[in-house]
Amino acid sequence: MEAVAQFFQNIPVDLLLIQTVNGIVTGMILALVASGLTLIFGIMDVVNFAHGELFMLGAYLGVVVLATTGNFWLALVVATLVVAILGGAMQILTLRPLIGRDPLNTILATFGLSLILQNFALWEFGPVSRKLSEPITSHFNLFYLQYPWYRIVIAGLSAAMIGGFWLFLKYSKFGVWIRATTQDRVMAQAMGIPVPWVYTGVFALGAAMAAASGVLFGPLGSINHTMGLDWVLKAFIVVVVGGMGNLGGSIAAAIFISLLEAYASIWVSPSQAVIVSFVVLILTLLFRPTGLFVPTPK
Amino acid sequence: MTRHDKIYWAGFGVVLAVLIIAPFVLPIFWAKFLTEILIWGLLAMSSDLLIGYTGMISFGHSAFFGLGMYGAAGALLHTSPPNLWLAILAGLAGAAGAALFVAYFSTRLRDIYFAITTLIFSQIFYVIIFTWTAVTGGENGLIFTRPHFAIPPLVDVRFTPAVMHWFVVALVAGSYLLLRRITRSPFGMVLQSIRENEARTRAIGYPVERYKIVSVMLSGLFAGLAGVLYAVQNEFAAPDFVFFVTSGDTIIFNVIGGIGTLVGPIVGAGFFQLLREMLSRIFGDQFPYLIPLGVAFIVMIIFLPQGLLGFARRWLNR
Repeated sequence: MEAVAQFFQNIPVDLLLIQTVNGIVTGMILALVASGLTLIFGIMDVVNFAHGELFMLGAYLGVVVLATTGNFWLALVVATLVVAILGGAMQILTLRPLIGRDPLNTILATFGLSLILQNFALWEFGPVSRKLSEPITSHFNLFYLQYPWYRIVIAGLSAAMIGGFWLFLKYSKFGVWIRATTQDRVMAQAMGIPVPWVYTGVFALGAAMAAASGVLFGPLGSINHTMGLDWVLKAFIVVVVGGMGNLGGSIAAAIFISLLEAYASIWVSPSQAVIVSFVVLILTLLFRPTGLFVPTPK
Repeated sequence: MTRHDKIYWAGFGVVLAVLIIAPFVLPIFWAKFLTEILIWGLLAMSSDLLIGYTGMISFGHSAFFGLGMYGAAGALLHTSPPNLWLAILAGLAGAAGAALFVAYFSTRLRDIYFAITTLIFSQIFYVIIFTWTAVTGGENGLIFTRPHFAIPPLVDVRFTPAVMHWFVVALVAGSYLLLRRITRSPFGMVLQSIRENEARTRAIGYPVERYKIVSVMLSGLFAGLAGVLYAVQNEFAAPDFVFFVTSGDTIIFNVIGGIGTLVGPIVGAGFFQLLREMLSRIFGDQFPYLIPLGVAFIVMIIFLPQGLLGFARRWLNR
């Protein structure tokens, strides 16, 4: 008991608070990535293995546009639009012919896409990591740290994008089409909704969300061709822990897991802190395989 | 024996004979190349038991392969004199441990979620192996010298490339026959019925989860054997092989060669390795060979879901 009390007294409160802020910031980016993945899965029954590569491509495009125009926000918009168009094209070329086949075929096809995109990035941009410079360089005081405002802005922007996306689903015409297709594909088609185009649109939208989070994350870490796998893995964990195809659950799980990892990295190195999210996943599978953040089915 | 059986065994004998003669005919580079193709083929075949027969796609075979490698490396480094059979045993034990862990948790989920969780679990093993430098050598991996090929008191020879090749041929052929027997046994029939209709299989009264766990473990054991062979062939164990790329390659071999055929994945592995070698000889080492291969892979999923072997079979039957 003595040792436990000692341990808790030794936790530095300021460090804990800093890590809370850090955890929420990465959690919001992860939530943006995961909600794109959940959207595509919930509506099309497609696990987009190439989601991490779209994130990576977004970050690289951000680097390229920023280098030519010098404007970060322009880079964010251009990268998002280009990847959205690319995502739509990918869906038309590879996933549309697979509609109606076993869903396992689609995970294989998107795995093929991820191979192509990853090796394209390696070929085009080389193995050396790139950096994206921050658009906002000012800081504020957080205990002994000069905390960058940019991180707070990212968290806010991600939240705004997720909120805007939710409003879009709820009120816009296309959003109603999307929800109708989720509920009953055949009936939606009978009502005159162009279901194949809804699929394409949803994939493009998911791709856009991945790319936007890629550009936003860019200044926080290094950009390389293998970064996609890390993010898609995290997003997969979030989707499983949050409950499959459940948008709210994914967001909650993203923040929950990022916070846990942030706290864990007070004591262990960040590469080992990843194990915490694995442990959360295993516990979820053991005790609540339907997901942590879904209401108990009655 | 039916006529079909006779043709089958004749074909099997011819292929086996060609593989046995190969080291005498081929130059040393290509002989080694063939040995590696067979090892990758064994890995792909092990995963075919899951993909093709039980209908579960594993994105985590690198864990079993890697644990096989590290198990063998550990046994070879810590026993003196290094013993081949002990290494195989240790590698299989490592792979079995990993497979039990993955099987126990992943088989709670179906279809796509199974695929995702196998991927995540293989990544757990990668992180552990990569960061636990004291035991696994971390980024550098483990390097050892190849043991003698010894069956006391009969044989005790050094592992020349040719001996290694025959050893691999024997084990791969044995594994193939064993897997073929398994897939045709009542047990294998239950696996195939799980693939076709899981709910009905459960309704008939088969404990589906237990069958799935056993099939993942069997698959993991054969993948582990492939890992042991690869480690002994190359005299090292490296964390790169526990990484996702190995699992991805395994899936590619299966899809290219033809899932649910056992031989197909070996053909797929050969096709993949040959194509890679050719492309890098023509266009140089830096050529991103996975771009054309990825395109071919997607085209095959859309237009040729039975793979090369399935296509050839249909074409021959025409």
